[in-house]
Amino acid sequence: MPIHVEVVSQERKLFDEPHADMVIVPGVEGVLGILPRHTPLLTTMTFGELRVKKGGAEESFIIYGGVVEVRPDKVVVLADAADFTADVNLAEIEAARERARKVLDEGPPPEEHAHYAAELRRAELAINVARKTRSRAGGVRIVSQMDEPDKK
Amino acid sequence: MASAREIKRRIGSVKNISQVTRALEAVSASRVRRAQEQVLNSRPYAEKAWEVLVNVATATGANEHPLLAKRDGIQTIDIVLVTSDRSLCGAYNNNIINVAERFAASFQNGQHVRWITVGRKGRDYLARRGKNIIAEFHNLPTPLSIASIAPIGNLVVEDFLSGTVDAVFLAYTDFVNMLVQRPAVINLLPLQRFSPENMVQQELLKAEPDATTAGRDYLYEPNASAILDEIIPRFTTLEIYQALLESNASEHSARMVAMRNASESAIALAADLTLEYNKARQLAITSEILDIVGGVNALQQTQDKATLKAADQFIKDVGGELLADKRAERSTSARHN
Repeated sequence: MPIHVEVVSQERKLFDEPHADMVIVPGVEGVLGILPRHTPLLTTMTFGELRVKKGGAEESFIIYGGVVEVRPDKVVVLADAADFTADVNLAEIEAARERARKVLDEGPPPEEHAHYAAELRRAELAINVARKTRSRAGGVRIVSQMDEPDKK
Repeated sequence: MASAREIKRRIGSVKNISQVTRALEAVSASRVRRAQEQVLNSRPYAEKAWEVLVNVATATGANEHPLLAKRDGIQTIDIVLVTSDRSLCGAYNNNIINVAERFAASFQNGQHVRWITVGRKGRDYLARRGKNIIAEFHNLPTPLSIASIAPIGNLVVEDFLSGTVDAVFLAYTDFVNMLVQRPAVINLLPLQRFSPENMVQQELLKAEPDATTAGRDYLYEPNASAILDEIIPRFTTLEIYQALLESNASEHSARMVAMRNASESAIALAADLTLEYNKARQLAITSEILDIVGGVNALQQTQDKATLKAADQFIKDVGGELLADKRAERSTSARHN
């Protein structure tokens, strides 16, 4: 029995795979591996990596917090923001991290501090996840037949 | 009938207008595509988040979170009115303002209505009527981001939590397709189904989706209220975000259609005017010819007698000479023969 996975961020729908085998979610209480027929569960997610496995292929996402709803046949990932790990441009993100770090070192105005701290946190997460997936060599991405977002 | 020159000037200005409207149509066409994409992209999240919220709220009980709590005896309401900054978009602004005003008027138990406007047109309209506008937002960035509209959400959430208002509604325009946009009112706060007090409200309020997963027992990690805390504060902002995207797409498609109609009528008007211009020109020529002919006739009549006399004399003189010539010619040619 396969499991239906949807990954949706506040700004777009990223992924829709009706026949996945396993989903690995960055839950607040720790990483969760979800197989089909999982008991209904609602949990919040921290910053981390989301992985969807199907056969020999795997898709990786960077999740910047959110909520995940698990039903026996379906997993709905509601991310505050999310990216395909494969879309991450390491050089660009590293440059962004350096910029954020520099601003934080120089002591930005207090009202901007949170913004740059968040920026730094996001960049570091993206770099970690991207490096990790790249070292897991031979990763085959899932060819998703993503549905057209349904029109009203 | 106006003179040909006047009509020609009008044709010129009508053609100018049609050029402007065609340019505006093209601009809106490209914007509407982008706006539509954005709306369709963010709809799934809004729908799913609502589903999750309803599930958790029913599981935990209504009073788990202050934003969920319904209040008895509504005293003050806020209405967030979403309109466009610019005009030239057909009946778009009128429609939504109309609906919002009817909705506001439907509270008849002396409730105090306060307005928050998003978009210049709604603000201008309400200000002219002397309505109570407590905040206004306009010139929002495109593409719209969640961060840029957070102040709107924070404002209503704060007012609601402090007890200044008892309910918040949002009036915006749902994007159905390029030709159909539907003005709608939704209940923003509290995050509970609002029970309409009368027929008008029943009619204007958009139906909210039902919780499809009622009765399912969830495990909550770490616990239900932590998840509520996670979802609820974002949800209001998200609803506003979605409404603004819908309105934005509606505005651009309304403008595109309005501009297309304007271009078409400008072209039709130019054609009519050209016909009129030709008629006027022909009329002018005809009357000029008539003038000349008339003049000639009049001249002839006065000169006729004298002319006839002179002509007679001329014919006699010249004719006599000619006749003599002819005779001479004939006699010489006869001689030659």
